[in-house]
Amino acid sequence: MSSLDWRMPRWFHQMGSPKWFYEWGGRLQSWFALAALVLLGWGMIWGLAFAPADYQQGNSFRIMYVHVPAAILSQSIFVSMAVAGAIGIIWKMKVAFMVARSCIAIGATFTAIALLTGAIWGKPTWGTYWVWDARLTSTLVLLFLYAGVMALNQAISERQTAGKATAILALVGTINIPIIKYSVEWWNTLHQSSSFSLTEKPTMPAEMYVPLLLTVLGSYCLFALLVLMRTRTQILQTQGHTKWLTQHPDIEGV
Amino acid sequence: MMGFMLTIIRRDLLLIARQPAELINPLVFFVLVVALFPLGVSPEASILSQTAAGVIWVAAMLATLLSLELLFKLDHEDGSLEQLLLAPYPSWSLVLAKVLVHWLVSGLPLVLLSPMIASMLFLPSQALPSLMLSLLVGTPTLSLLGAIGAALVTGVRGGGMLLTLLILPLYVPVIIFGAASVAAGAQGLPIDGYMALLGAMLVFALMITPWAASAALKL
Repeated sequence: MSSLDWRMPRWFHQMGSPKWFYEWGGRLQSWFALAALVLLGWGMIWGLAFAPADYQQGNSFRIMYVHVPAAILSQSIFVSMAVAGAIGIIWKMKVAFMVARSCIAIGATFTAIALLTGAIWGKPTWGTYWVWDARLTSTLVLLFLYAGVMALNQAISERQTAGKATAILALVGTINIPIIKYSVEWWNTLHQSSSFSLTEKPTMPAEMYVPLLLTVLGSYCLFALLVLMRTRTQILQTQGHTKWLTQHPDIEGV
Repeated sequence: MMGFMLTIIRRDLLLIARQPAELINPLVFFVLVVALFPLGVSPEASILSQTAAGVIWVAAMLATLLSLELLFKLDHEDGSLEQLLLAPYPSWSLVLAKVLVHWLVSGLPLVLLSPMIASMLFLPSQALPSLMLSLLVGTPTLSLLGAIGAALVTGVRGGGMLLTLLILPLYVPVIIFGAASVAAGAQGLPIDGYMALLGAMLVFALMITPWAASAALKL
């Protein structure tokens, strides 16, 4: 790779330093917290209270403002986890493994929320909490994948080894996700196809669409905030021996 | 490198020939799991014949996973794995040789045993070719994908349960198309499409397993 002489920008390597990540993460954290609060608050209140009711589903469609962001995030987080793990393997960055580790529980939670809200919505709309439909099944498999990654990460006590093992599994899982998705889709489909996309013209009126967009963006900010918080906690847990941390104003006098 | 792989294959086959229980246990497990279904569900031929394909595939997966736990474990425990990784040959060739032996002693016997099991579950005889063919193409995929998990849990205590957790979700596409091809075969429909997809999965598993498993072994 060095013979090709393509280099990542300086900030990329600095991000790999626990000290640098801790400092910058702390600064970014408050901005993500603010953005998540504003976007989620605005989108949720608009969507849940003021958006017009659906002509067919009535008010039950409003669960979409929780369900859709959670479902989108459940997949994005798995990919983020694999990307962070790949960065950790390629550039040997401890912090990247910590980021990947932080993603696991957050992603599993969003997946569980997507399944749960889907079930609650399914009862009045489809007449059943659960069907063995393609999207439901592939989301369930995604939850199992998260469970596997989590189990592997916790089974290995040495953090660096656990990070590498988790990264390999997350990468294998990520290249399998599309295969699982399409094979299940072929097998059985009831779920309506996606009516929300950033690149196509929306199929619903703006009063319904914009709040959804806000909650999706807000959820991404919430995810970023949680990852930063959890990663900084791991830095505190593992870097206790370093000088910069013992002299840091955050923990002075602790 | 071919010589290296052949040596590994010969050595592992010899080890199993000296310990035939390792070969037989997964097969007994396979038959046992299948035998539980008529007891738990119903002995009716009409019900069993409908569920036969899925039951056989699920049992094949569990039997594969059980035997995979030992794929690298014994060599890891006596230290020979470390020496094999230090050998001046690419570590993916070690992985491929080990997976091939695993399939020869666990996957292939399952394929050969499947007609007997199928008749016990009243699977229509015209579905037999599709069952055997799908197992023949599908079980190597199971061995390959499972080897990634086996490599990941090699040094971990209680790895067997963990291996199952890690790998079963990745088996979803194989069981879907494996069982679907048997169902199509039972109705006399063409199965080429399913076989092509199972074959594609096998090629795909052949591509990722050597990389992922040898990276995991070097942890």
